[in-house]
Amino acid sequence: MSNATLVMGAVAYAPKVVTIWDGFKEYFAQHGLAFDYVLYSNYERQVEEMFRGSIDVAWNSPLAWIRAERMGKALGKPVRAVAMRDTDCDLTSVIVTRSDSAIKSLADLKGKRVGVGAVDSPQATLIPLDYLGSQGLQPGSDFSVRRFDVLGGKHGDHIGGERDAARALMAGELDAACMIDGNHLLFVGEGTLPSGKTRILAQTPKFDHCNFTVAHHADAPLIDKFQKLLLGMSYADAAVRPLLDLEGLKAWQDGRTSGYLALEHAVDAAKFYDQRGNITVADYRY
Amino acid sequence: MATSPSLTIDTEALGLDRGAHLLIKRALRELPPGGVLAVASHTPEFAVHLQGWCRAQGHALEFHNGHGHITPGSAQAGRWRHAERAGEADASHADAVAAHAKPTWGLAARGAMVVAGGPDFHFALDSKRAIWADDIGHLYAQALAQQWNPDEAIDWSVAFDLPEDVEDAVAQVMTYLIENENAALLVPARFLGQVHPHFREVTQLLAIQIADEARHVEVFTRRALLKRGRMGVSTVGGQASLKTLFDEHEFAVASFLLSVLGEGTFVSLLRFLQEHAPDPLTRQIAKLTARDEARHVAFGMAHLEYQLERDADLRGRLAIAVESRHDALAQTSGLNEEVFDALVLLAAGGWSPQEIAAGFDKVQVLKQDMANGREIRMNRLGFAHGDAKRLAALHTRNFM
Repeated sequence: MSNATLVMGAVAYAPKVVTIWDGFKEYFAQHGLAFDYVLYSNYERQVEEMFRGSIDVAWNSPLAWIRAERMGKALGKPVRAVAMRDTDCDLTSVIVTRSDSAIKSLADLKGKRVGVGAVDSPQATLIPLDYLGSQGLQPGSDFSVRRFDVLGGKHGDHIGGERDAARALMAGELDAACMIDGNHLLFVGEGTLPSGKTRILAQTPKFDHCNFTVAHHADAPLIDKFQKLLLGMSYADAAVRPLLDLEGLKAWQDGRTSGYLALEHAVDAAKFYDQRGNITVADYRY
Repeated sequence: MATSPSLTIDTEALGLDRGAHLLIKRALRELPPGGVLAVASHTPEFAVHLQGWCRAQGHALEFHNGHGHITPGSAQAGRWRHAERAGEADASHADAVAAHAKPTWGLAARGAMVVAGGPDFHFALDSKRAIWADDIGHLYAQALAQQWNPDEAIDWSVAFDLPEDVEDAVAQVMTYLIENENAALLVPARFLGQVHPHFREVTQLLAIQIADEARHVEVFTRRALLKRGRMGVSTVGGQASLKTLFDEHEFAVASFLLSVLGEGTFVSLLRFLQEHAPDPLTRQIAKLTARDEARHVAFGMAHLEYQLERDADLRGRLAIAVESRHDALAQTSGLNEEVFDALVLLAAGGWSPQEIAAGFDKVQVLKQDMANGREIRMNRLGFAHGDAKRLAALHTRNFM
């Protein structure tokens, strides 16, 4: 058995992150895997540190995955995705307007104000804006974009930006707002969006979210064990259930990379990263 | 490939943003194993919301002909693994109350289905033997039925006028009672927070007792301040006696010292005041408070009888506690002089030597009555006759 410790990077987007990974650390230790984690304040540094060899695996946002994949290819150190949550697959974003609005179709958004989340939010900014572009509406020229930048560098994990946009929609400051599908239900449930007072104008094609990205240098047997232990976590196990609840999943599944095409396209359209994974977007503070 | 649904529901105009999940969950519960639920709705956001909801619940979802076909995931069933009932609500059922309440049951209602994985709550008093009493439910019901409101149960406007020194004697006795009732309030209060809530009737009864004492502190305070507007004295001996009670950390021993010996003795004192107090108001107060204190004695006795049946060694520990307390207090003055004199004066009702002599005799009878009561209660708890008499005599001269 290897004496090596598997080191994982994660982004501290909320205090619960410490609880989650401390719990995972204990679970892995109980099952014979030496595991530690390092927290970063933003995904950009996490990805860069992975290529400096600081971490073996990263719990990456979809945007961080795209950057890591591009950097890996450019550096000749390809990365792979070994696991993701059941809730990371087949997500969509929605473009929402007020139910009493005169906007009945996407074409009616011409000349209007559309609210989005943080500049680096795949689900509330990059993917919906690219989707609108694919429908013939170019952000900035066909409609104005108001960004609700909350906690840059966290790739929209903190949903504060989406929520602020939803509030601005109801306050009449926007004509439409973008959010992930599940958050529309969440915002109605919590009262941010009054029930029955909004209408979903459009829904994007499906896309995938986070994954565990493995560095080229990572020890393969350790990664195998890590992956097996993750996939073996059962929601029926009372010891791990609270961790799964905190992380928002019922089961881990094998990583797949087929669900990032929409975001790839959106990243290029927004000139967020270049093909080597360099940050090229303007006004990005993290 | 689509599987034919085994059940179909239509939530009509009800969306998931307004509670449709209740209908879906209900239908999922009725689904046979391996079954698929088809859900229809004509709310515009239904498909988007159903996707998000199913994803969060761990259910698989496909759409066919406008219906959402839900294949339930295993997560919801997994939640119930290792869940267990925390006893039974009705204490009269056999084994309803556990011998040891588990930390994992936490604050759950007795009889609740407790889902595994919650936090542990460590209650020091988690064994039935250490706190339970037979018929405790009845004791609680009785306590609840006998609650009284000082403003309604006592006629504060009753007219009387006592000589100043007799009024001062009443204020002194009230001052003494308050000090002792503070102990009778705080000692159970400190244990209450340590009792596992599985033993619901115990926590309820202790809570009522604490409320009783709060009310006693109120009425004694009002009576003390009624005419002269100031309290009497608090002495070193009285507080030293109460400190030995206050510092007791074992529930059974504290219950013995406080309820069986202390409050039992106080019942005699309050009945004495009910008979001999110089004014009708003090007599009314003494009558009501004596009834409450008698209930506290009943619980102390019932609990100790229960525990002694299961732990015969406890009797030895109780005897040692009385002896140790006596030794610790041997150098103190016992009942403070002011209280003793005040009781004699109350019973005398006047200043003639004959009246004082009669008052003094009455207080001696009271003290004998108190000692006899302690001895009888200790006999009931199974102390040998000689031991009961000796230990009854060693009880603190402060009464409580």
